[in-house]
Amino acid sequence: MTGYIIQRLATGFVTLFGVAVIVFLIMRVLPGDAAVMMSGAGSGVVSEQEIAQVRHRLGIDRPLVVQFADWAGHVAVLDFGTSLRTGSPVIEDIARRFPYTLQIVVLAMIIAIGVGVPAGVLSSWLAGTWVDRTLQTVTIIGLAAPSFWVGLMIILGLVYFFQWSAPLFWEPFWVSPFKSMSQLIWPAISVGIRQLALIARMTRSIMREVLGEDYIRTARAKGLSEKRVVFRHALWNGALPIVTLIGFEVAALFGGLIVTETVFSVPGLGQYVVQSILDRDYPAAQGIVLVLAGIVVLGNLAVDLLYGLLDPRTRVQGAGA
Amino acid sequence: MRDIVASTTELEPYASFHPAIAPQKAGRNTRLWNLVQNQPLGAISALILLVIVLSAIFAPYIAPYDPTGGNSAALYVPPSGQYWLGTDAFGRDILSRLIYGARVSLIIGFGASILGVVIGTAIGVTCGYIGGWVDSIAQRLMDAMLAFPMLLLALAMAAVLGSSIQNVIIALAMPIVPRAARISRASTLVLKTTTFIEASRAIGCSNLRIIVQHILPNTFAPLLVISTAYLGLAIVQEAALDYLGAGIQEPQPSWGLMMSGSATTLALTAPWIVLFPGVAISIVVLASNLLGDAIRDVLDPKLQRNV
Repeated sequence: MTGYIIQRLATGFVTLFGVAVIVFLIMRVLPGDAAVMMSGAGSGVVSEQEIAQVRHRLGIDRPLVVQFADWAGHVAVLDFGTSLRTGSPVIEDIARRFPYTLQIVVLAMIIAIGVGVPAGVLSSWLAGTWVDRTLQTVTIIGLAAPSFWVGLMIILGLVYFFQWSAPLFWEPFWVSPFKSMSQLIWPAISVGIRQLALIARMTRSIMREVLGEDYIRTARAKGLSEKRVVFRHALWNGALPIVTLIGFEVAALFGGLIVTETVFSVPGLGQYVVQSILDRDYPAAQGIVLVLAGIVVLGNLAVDLLYGLLDPRTRVQGAGA
Repeated sequence: MRDIVASTTELEPYASFHPAIAPQKAGRNTRLWNLVQNQPLGAISALILLVIVLSAIFAPYIAPYDPTGGNSAALYVPPSGQYWLGTDAFGRDILSRLIYGARVSLIIGFGASILGVVIGTAIGVTCGYIGGWVDSIAQRLMDAMLAFPMLLLALAMAAVLGSSIQNVIIALAMPIVPRAARISRASTLVLKTTTFIEASRAIGCSNLRIIVQHILPNTFAPLLVISTAYLGLAIVQEAALDYLGAGIQEPQPSWGLMMSGSATTLALTAPWIVLFPGVAISIVVLASNLLGDAIRDVLDPKLQRNV
């Protein structure tokens, strides 16, 4: 197991390095030069010389490899530089915004798992009935509807029926947990619906497979109650692939949040990444993109390790993959 | 969604697609009829997509109004006999904008998914076939690309490239490349060890010929299925890019842009402006997902995963 963990960690590290290279390359070829933006060249009163000075001050007149080494060295000690837009260190911006995003992700996953897994189990157990067909139809529509549009529809509904207005201030969780939850529940629902549908469908198909196995027939034959067969024997064995899916989906959720946070104007990481990229605030954009991709890598790593822990067979297979 | 499915089924061989083993062809008409009977949802989806594609192509003949020219006497008109789906803040007809917007969405959706799958397949098949250090390096690169949430990579690329239709296509194809590469590489690895590939090597086929004539056709089925899935994804993400302001720009009609007003103010004045573009996207995505499922069931009944 130790060897497996070390090997996984090494792979994760290599992937993170590749991520850093890609982030760096994409951001450094941004045509809207940060120096031009900062010196306000749009007004046409700034000379070439002044722009060159700003470039020099930012250190973006050096060779790319030097810039990368410099940046990577700082990133290694969690120093992402200073945001050109907010003027504060990127890591502080991220730290301030992270709790909102984390809270939405946790809420969304609670909703998705709490509704998705029971719905999937119900659907597999009542396969072929109208309950199953209704659930299948609802979930396939849930997969097709863009999550940010679902968010827009939720806003429309809230405003129309409850005269809701977008919060001007988003309470941090530790200041007033209840208020914070009631504010963030809506973005969480809109981003979680897709995950809910996916988990429900996946649970259904896994459970269908498991319920057809011989040992389930044996369990039924020896007279166990249906409840015990479904939950204790079938769901317990189907849990592993469901857990994997959930692990991957947490990572995907961060992607979905990019638009949803903008829709609801939640001051989280998603909104930050959009603003940084669109404003060509490259220290911030580089930092936050790296952090988001890093979360995905860590998430996948966690799933791998968990899988290796729960199912010893994968350790051998995993070594070759 | 398919990523997960693909990764769990990745190891299942697709070798059964070799033309020699594939079922014999019946008459074209009977086959089509069988298809409609066995896959009614798939057939309906194909029909819906066809209607949308046709109305996008013939937009100038179908759209009742000019999609960009507004009527200042008809701002925020609710859906009515004159304007079926209402008008927006500039008095532009929503239905006409939806019909013209379908052009943008479909061109970008098809463009990005085809481009991404083609490049990804080229990389995946080549790497899987060659193996060795080229493969290892390419795989690490693909792993790194997979670590980006899809929309994030597309957003960064679109911001870098600027917002023309070609650039948005390239930006959206980027995240598809590693996913297609992984799937095609996995099937290549399986195919490489099969007897018919060994046989063609024995009779002296060149590597290029083996790849093009024997491996590519056999990776086709899973790739067709993921292409339809990515068609839907690309359309959603294109709308998201437009919504965020990193994609197509006004006054061009696009489904994402049409939703980009402030939802809180529109809720009381003109909810239909945000409502209909999303419905349009959902229908197209739903249809392409169902079509993909149907194609999968027809091409490979073994893969009935129902996700």
